[in-house]
Amino acid sequence: MPNDSRFRRLPDPGRRAVAIVFDGRAVQAREGDSVAAAILAAGIAVTRRTPVSGAPRGPYCMMGVCFDCLVEIDGMPNCQACMVEVREGMRVRLMAGARGPGADLQGSKADD
Amino acid sequence: MGETEFAVIGGGLVGMAVAFGLQREGRRVTVFDEGDVAYRASRGNFGLVWVQGKGVGMPDYARWSRLSAALWPELAAELQEDTGLDLELRQPGGFDICLTEEGLAAAAARLDTLHTQLDGDYPFEVLGHNRLREMLPAIGPQVAGAIYGPEDGHTNPLVLLRALTTAFTRRGGAIENGAPVRDIEPQSSGFRIGSDPGWRAEKVVLCAGLGNAQLAPMVGMHAPVKPNRGQVLICERVKPFLPYPTAQIRQVGEGAVQIGDSKEDVGFDDGTTPQVMAAIAKRAVRIFPLLENLRVVRAWGALRVMSPDGHPIYDQSRRHPGAYLVTCHSGVTLAASHALRLAPWIAGGAPPVPYLETFGAERFAVSPPA
Repeated sequence: MPNDSRFRRLPDPGRRAVAIVFDGRAVQAREGDSVAAAILAAGIAVTRRTPVSGAPRGPYCMMGVCFDCLVEIDGMPNCQACMVEVREGMRVRLMAGARGPGADLQGSKADD
Repeated sequence: MGETEFAVIGGGLVGMAVAFGLQREGRRVTVFDEGDVAYRASRGNFGLVWVQGKGVGMPDYARWSRLSAALWPELAAELQEDTGLDLELRQPGGFDICLTEEGLAAAAARLDTLHTQLDGDYPFEVLGHNRLREMLPAIGPQVAGAIYGPEDGHTNPLVLLRALTTAFTRRGGAIENGAPVRDIEPQSSGFRIGSDPGWRAEKVVLCAGLGNAQLAPMVGMHAPVKPNRGQVLICERVKPFLPYPTAQIRQVGEGAVQIGDSKEDVGFDDGTTPQVMAAIAKRAVRIFPLLENLRVVRAWGALRVMSPDGHPIYDQSRRHPGAYLVTCHSGVTLAASHALRLAPWIAGGAPPVPYLETFGAERFAVSPPA
């Protein structure tokens, strides 16, 4: 996974820093970022592996259509990272294949 | 003006199964497909290869469905060899899940009747909650039980359609796409298909689903079919949790969960409604509570092709020999019978079963012929 993102943030001093975690790694985001934008800006390219072949995928359309940016957010599987705003302390994980039908939620319903 | 030996009207699962079967018999076949303005039941169905419960009131329909389920592995193997496509056929038996004791008792009584009418040759089991939970651990506490039909199964209906189409064309069959047929005219020999100049066919097989109602009288037959809408929900892909198909819910080959089994008489409206979608989702969660958090990713409505008694109609025209009618609402289940048994009969062979005439449209005559 490259550390150097191809994405560059526009200078925007008005937005407060927000810290989230992706697969155990600290990611510095900005208030108002989508999870997908924050992940891409941090140089992370792969956010899920497909249920059928296990092929790597990352955010693509950034507008809620392609479903390629699915991640687990605070225990909730298959969230569209491009449609969820970052929150301080949010825990995001790579979505590895198909989710469980329900048992993996452990009662931690996310509020997206 | 085109010319063909067999004109098959309709390129859905019924038409393609018949066309593939005729081509397999070495006949020259052209399929006329209306195009995507058609109602497309073959793109909207549930994918069950289903036996249980069919044939109440007409035991021959139970025999015919069982024959098709038994022939399905042969059809799937042949199509897979011809095309390389995996039809995802699984026939581990299936469950009709009942949420009330009354519903379970009524379903059991229907199958008991059928069992008697078929001289005891009709396998099924009635399972109460505890026995069902041993086979399907995911059921919820509100489930009363289920009927288990050991011959039931499911497949991927879209791959089936693609495989039939591919195998048919590879064997030399022709498909006319975007070719709605509004007129069929019997001629001194054969038929003219479509308006002048149209196509000339020696024989014609009507497999046009709901369109058969208009087409059949043009060749001296009767097809009193009407639409019945089913709505379907597709949930996101999940890890395998449901190793058997059920009449209400199934997990497809790649993990998505399909929810259906609604029935509405709403004419030719093939849309969806929030009320019915909510009702079938709610019932699904009562059956399998773990579905509660799954997202629905697609929904659609599709129209069943229903005859007055719900059973297939197979007929040939007495007034215009060479015209045939094939229509049913179970194009998936019956695909094997249609391709491997009915088509050879249409090609000129002997009736595949002694009870074929049971399926004639004469049974819908208002009064017996004088």
